[in-house]
Amino acid sequence: MSKPTIIPIGPYHPLQEEPELFKLYCDGEIVRDIKWETGYNHRGIEKLSESKTFDQVFFLVERVCGICSTSHPFAFANCMEEIAGVEVPDRAKYIRTIIGEMERIHSHLLWVGLAGHFLGYNTVFMWSWKYREPVLDLFEMITGNRNSYAMFKIGGVRRDIPDNMIPVMQKELDALKLKLNLLTGAVMDDPVIHARTKGVGILTREDIIDFAAVGPTARASGVAIDVRKDDPYAAYPLVNWKVITSEAGDVFAKTEVRLLEMYESVSIIEQCLEKLKKEKEGGIDVRVKNVPEGIGTGRAEAPRGEVFHFVITDGGYTPVRHKIRAPSYVNIATFKKSCVGQSISDATISLAAVDPCYCCTERMAMAYDYHTRIAMMGTADLLRMSREKTDNIRSSL
Amino acid sequence: MAFKDFIFKKSLWLFHFGGASCNNCDIEILDCLTPRYDVERFGMQLVGSIRHADVLLVNGSINKKDKVRLLEIYHQAPKPILVVAIGACGCTGGIFAEGNTFAGPVDKIIPVDVYIPGCPPKPEAIIGGIVNLINKQPA
Repeated sequence: MSKPTIIPIGPYHPLQEEPELFKLYCDGEIVRDIKWETGYNHRGIEKLSESKTFDQVFFLVERVCGICSTSHPFAFANCMEEIAGVEVPDRAKYIRTIIGEMERIHSHLLWVGLAGHFLGYNTVFMWSWKYREPVLDLFEMITGNRNSYAMFKIGGVRRDIPDNMIPVMQKELDALKLKLNLLTGAVMDDPVIHARTKGVGILTREDIIDFAAVGPTARASGVAIDVRKDDPYAAYPLVNWKVITSEAGDVFAKTEVRLLEMYESVSIIEQCLEKLKKEKEGGIDVRVKNVPEGIGTGRAEAPRGEVFHFVITDGGYTPVRHKIRAPSYVNIATFKKSCVGQSISDATISLAAVDPCYCCTERMAMAYDYHTRIAMMGTADLLRMSREKTDNIRSSL
Repeated sequence: MAFKDFIFKKSLWLFHFGGASCNNCDIEILDCLTPRYDVERFGMQLVGSIRHADVLLVNGSINKKDKVRLLEIYHQAPKPILVVAIGACGCTGGIFAEGNTFAGPVDKIIPVDVYIPGCPPKPEAIIGGIVNLINKQPA
């Protein structure tokens, strides 16, 4: 075989919002191998955590990833509560679950939008980001910030959801369901999206198990793993919901899983709000005076999959060791299977399909070869190729 | 009015450089483009290459690996270029300033024209910051 052409995507690339370098080794139009390079987003969070008190660590882990800014504090809270042996009041459990599920809705809407953008379908991008705004407004109402909510602490939550907010939330959720119906209809029935995503970036059940992939990536291949069911935490065992799975394992299945998961999330929030109504306001935390010496693990289901936190404490005010495993770290490895053998124009959507979050892992494209200084195909070209393919399909229909 | 002042009066094109950030500022910058905020009505748009840009938006704390690339991007940029540091991390390093890989903040590496604080700054704040940037230009 002749020397493969290397197409770099990243590290600073309009395709991905975060820095990460992917090198596609191509033979003609076909991707033969893929390598990725991380470190552009390394902030030394685990080390920083050792210099912060337990209350401060929540603000730090919240900034591991801005999109899953509830999942990391959620897992850390589960972990610390395991060490301290604290049982969280029911009201705090419901509030935690509501915030966690609202985050899932906004994250999935964000992904559907970006996936549409990569396919050259900017209408989907604009729609779904417009529908995402009311969710962020609800966040602002409850927590005071659109992202990074600072709701969690050891033993409970920092802010209550007062009774007068519940009808406002229910009204917004009803409106959101109608919008989700529109979006789901538009995405699931669109022949161009079908043609671009079906049979693209397939991951089989075996691949998922080999790569230890988690979250919607695994569920789209028929592997029903979900921390919320497998290792229930917060109020998830107290409400009725089901794990959404799909069998095909392609990009379309991943889209389907995410879209349907949003309905489940809405249903979980509605049930939690009903239960909150019955409880009295207040009593959202238990006081934790001291964290004893110990080792704890905490898990939470982020929008992208399982978040795992491991903490060692020595009876002091700070963690002695804090280990974080984010879902994208394991999901990114599946690119070796999903991208290889595909054409370059499908590579972008295959990469986007696992909803990679490099802040969690640690982003993509410089248009120059570092050593030879020869201009190569950049992100703009990749996006153009992806969009041209969509246009071609659209015109041939 | 010199020519270089004139070009900053209308239709600023933005290039976004996200350093070692938590993604929130990146998402809020993208949010500015979406229907509710829609900065494109002011002629602003995100461009894919620094060579087309009038404004360089930098967010996130800058780590050792990013620093080299930020400098390279700044040198590639057509001058004059306006630099905006977005978010607590872009302005000071924020919560990551004590990190062992931290090599910033942005104003220690490249000259910054406007700071937009906040963690993350709301899209209104980002639009406000850009408006300040335009108003700062000599008439």
